[in-house]
Amino acid sequence: TFHSTIFQEKQYVGFATLPNQVHRKSVKKGFDFTLMVAGESGMGKSTLVNSLFLTDLYKDRKLLNAEERINQTVEIIKHTVDIEEKGVKLKLTIVDTPGFGDAVNNNECWKPITDYIDQQFEQYFRDESGLNRKNIQDNRVHCCLYFIPPFGHGCMKALHEKVNIIPLIAKADCLTPNEIKKLKDRIREEIDKFGIKVYQFPECDSDEDEEFKQLDKELKECTPFAVIGSNTVVEARGQRVRGRLYPWGIVEVENQSHCDFVKLRNMLIRSHMHDLKDVTCDVHYENYRAQCIQEMTSKLTQDNRMESPIPILSTPDVETEKLIKMKDEELKRMQEMLNKMQQQMHDKDQ
Amino acid sequence: LSLDNDRRTIHYPLHMGGRGGPSQGYSAGGPHYKGVRPLSLAGHVGFDSLPDQLVNKSICQGFCFNILCIGETGIGKSTLMDTLFNTNFENFESSHFEPQVKLRAQTYDLHESNVRLRLTVVNTVGFGDQMNKQESYQPVVDYIDRQFESFLQEELKIKRSLHNYHDSRVHACLYFISPSGHSLKSLDLVTMKKLDSKVNIIPVIAKADTISKSELHKFKIKIMSELVSNGVQIYQFPLDDETVAKVNTAMNGHLPFAVVGSTEEVSVGNKMVKARQYPWGVVQVENESHCDFVKLREMLICINMEDLREQTHTHHYELYRRCKLEEMGFQDTDPECKPVSLQQTYEAKRQEFLVELQKREDEMRQMFVQRVKLKESELKEDERELQSRFEQLKRLHADEKSALEEKKRLLDEDQSSFGKRRAAAQLLQAQSLTANGKKDKDRKK
Repeated sequence: TFHSTIFQEKQYVGFATLPNQVHRKSVKKGFDFTLMVAGESGMGKSTLVNSLFLTDLYKDRKLLNAEERINQTVEIIKHTVDIEEKGVKLKLTIVDTPGFGDAVNNNECWKPITDYIDQQFEQYFRDESGLNRKNIQDNRVHCCLYFIPPFGHGCMKALHEKVNIIPLIAKADCLTPNEIKKLKDRIREEIDKFGIKVYQFPECDSDEDEEFKQLDKELKECTPFAVIGSNTVVEARGQRVRGRLYPWGIVEVENQSHCDFVKLRNMLIRSHMHDLKDVTCDVHYENYRAQCIQEMTSKLTQDNRMESPIPILSTPDVETEKLIKMKDEELKRMQEMLNKMQQQMHDKDQ
Repeated sequence: LSLDNDRRTIHYPLHMGGRGGPSQGYSAGGPHYKGVRPLSLAGHVGFDSLPDQLVNKSICQGFCFNILCIGETGIGKSTLMDTLFNTNFENFESSHFEPQVKLRAQTYDLHESNVRLRLTVVNTVGFGDQMNKQESYQPVVDYIDRQFESFLQEELKIKRSLHNYHDSRVHACLYFISPSGHSLKSLDLVTMKKLDSKVNIIPVIAKADTISKSELHKFKIKIMSELVSNGVQIYQFPLDDETVAKVNTAMNGHLPFAVVGSTEEVSVGNKMVKARQYPWGVVQVENESHCDFVKLREMLICINMEDLREQTHTHHYELYRRCKLEEMGFQDTDPECKPVSLQQTYEAKRQEFLVELQKREDEMRQMFVQRVKLKESELKEDERELQSRFEQLKRLHADEKSALEEKKRLLDEDQSSFGKRRAAAQLLQAQSLTANGKKDKDRKK
């Protein structure tokens, strides 16, 4: 084929409307997003989710008391809701992990979570490989908000190659700015030291204006975000805001000098939501799928060039090769003997 | 697998940072999915930027579109493409003597505003030029299938990169109808019938400046009714989106579009316009009362380009894939009609494959053993022959040897007898000498 680059100048063709067409179709189709929250009970996960989405997802929740939680196993609970804003529909699924880190022995508390994530991958893999793919539902987990316990990095490492992890420092209203800074540094160090792969923000495009580049830089330097959530609206500085009322003052959720909530919301929802889905699709899911296929066909793969689920006939196996070699040698020997005899006769003739 | 950061870039959508302002609550308009409750929001959350996030990513990646033009040689395919895309694609006139239909694909990178489009134009060469046109459609069908196959192969790979894949599948097929004014040709019907389940067909009447308005009206009706009565499914502009349903409905009524192409400009009034100059007047390409060119451009490019791509992917490609997989033996349900897990399918395939492998191995082994036996027996034959010759030579040698020895013996005998005679002769000579000597002595005395 022939390939060339042509620059349009003035005359109108019309494909500049393509982005609008894409926009229109995507609004018609609607969006979906699955967010997992993981962390011990009482860290403010539900409150944070309610604050992020400005709604109340946990109306009929029942909280367990301490003795009920001694041998608590980790459950997986999904809440799915339809929300709409300015004509854009979003099917939001929140995956809760009650019991995570609550039992006395938490050694394998991450297992139900990784199992759940794998199950969604497997379901999608099966659907995607089927003959009729008209109505595939994407239930894969696109992002996991991981609430870091005050004493370490928990078990992020078990999850980091399966889902986009966004680590959070919860209940940031009990830490002073200095303490927050130290904690963030320590956590970042540990993440580096233990090789934990948390979600990486992609680079800001070089032709964005300075304001956005600055925002992007601030965002990256601020991780892990220290957040506060609230289910209540209080009056502060003449306005009604979401916040927490203390005798010593009012903590405002959306005040950027109080906590990083706004940064988290902007990043998670307003600018990087789609990228989170893309990374889940293109990286985590693909890794799962490749691994799955390789496990299934590992006994047959001789080399890595096998590309289809139906293995192609590979090179003849080792046994046959040995046999061939042996027979070859025998033939060679006989040939040599023959030659010798012929030579002898030739000499005698002389 | 990991995504390098420098391949992902983020564009911040226009209304970030609270420009949306504090707001009224928006409530969801009715249930969108069964069993899922709608919730009302107490403020502006911000996910209304999702379409913009998607659009930004698409712009970053660039778009791609593939058009296939089918039509007789000289009907104006290349000219129309040039007119549509405002370019001068490198074209040369094709000959009328092609023995078979071929396809020629050319890819171009176009820019308009901030949108990059990778356009591939595939033209048929020699279509309709042969005497026997029964197989004319085949190269076209093969080309379309090859692109589907290529995509399917990528999807089935273990390590695949679909988000980077250059999609070569045909998104739209412009079928150029000859402006006879009567009806479709039989070749047209046969070809379109073969293609309608594989690609979005948009029939156009070429060289429409040879048909008058009234003839055109009748011609269009005739064509559409022939298509309908023969069950040919052409592409209908979609009506499911209210934003464009009205204009699409109207345009569907003007099919097939009667087009005129021209890259030459003629001055009309005080402007230069694309047109064809005749002694009796100027046919202006972009004049809607002269031809349907503008309608075609609107529909094909400005409004429905994305839908054409989507239909190709979700409809035509899926059909191809389903047929191909069924051919390969995959099923969604086992004999009891229960959904089969992927694991089971793979296991079954693997067993089949192992059995096949074993069979082939045995066959190979058999054949090999036979050949070796054959060779062995041949060599043994040779060996035996050599041996017998050797024996023969040995005998000959022995005979010669004994003959020689006989000769030697005779020679020895001769020699010894000769020796004896010589000795006797010598003796005689010696005796005679002494006898003569005595005689001489006696005389002297």
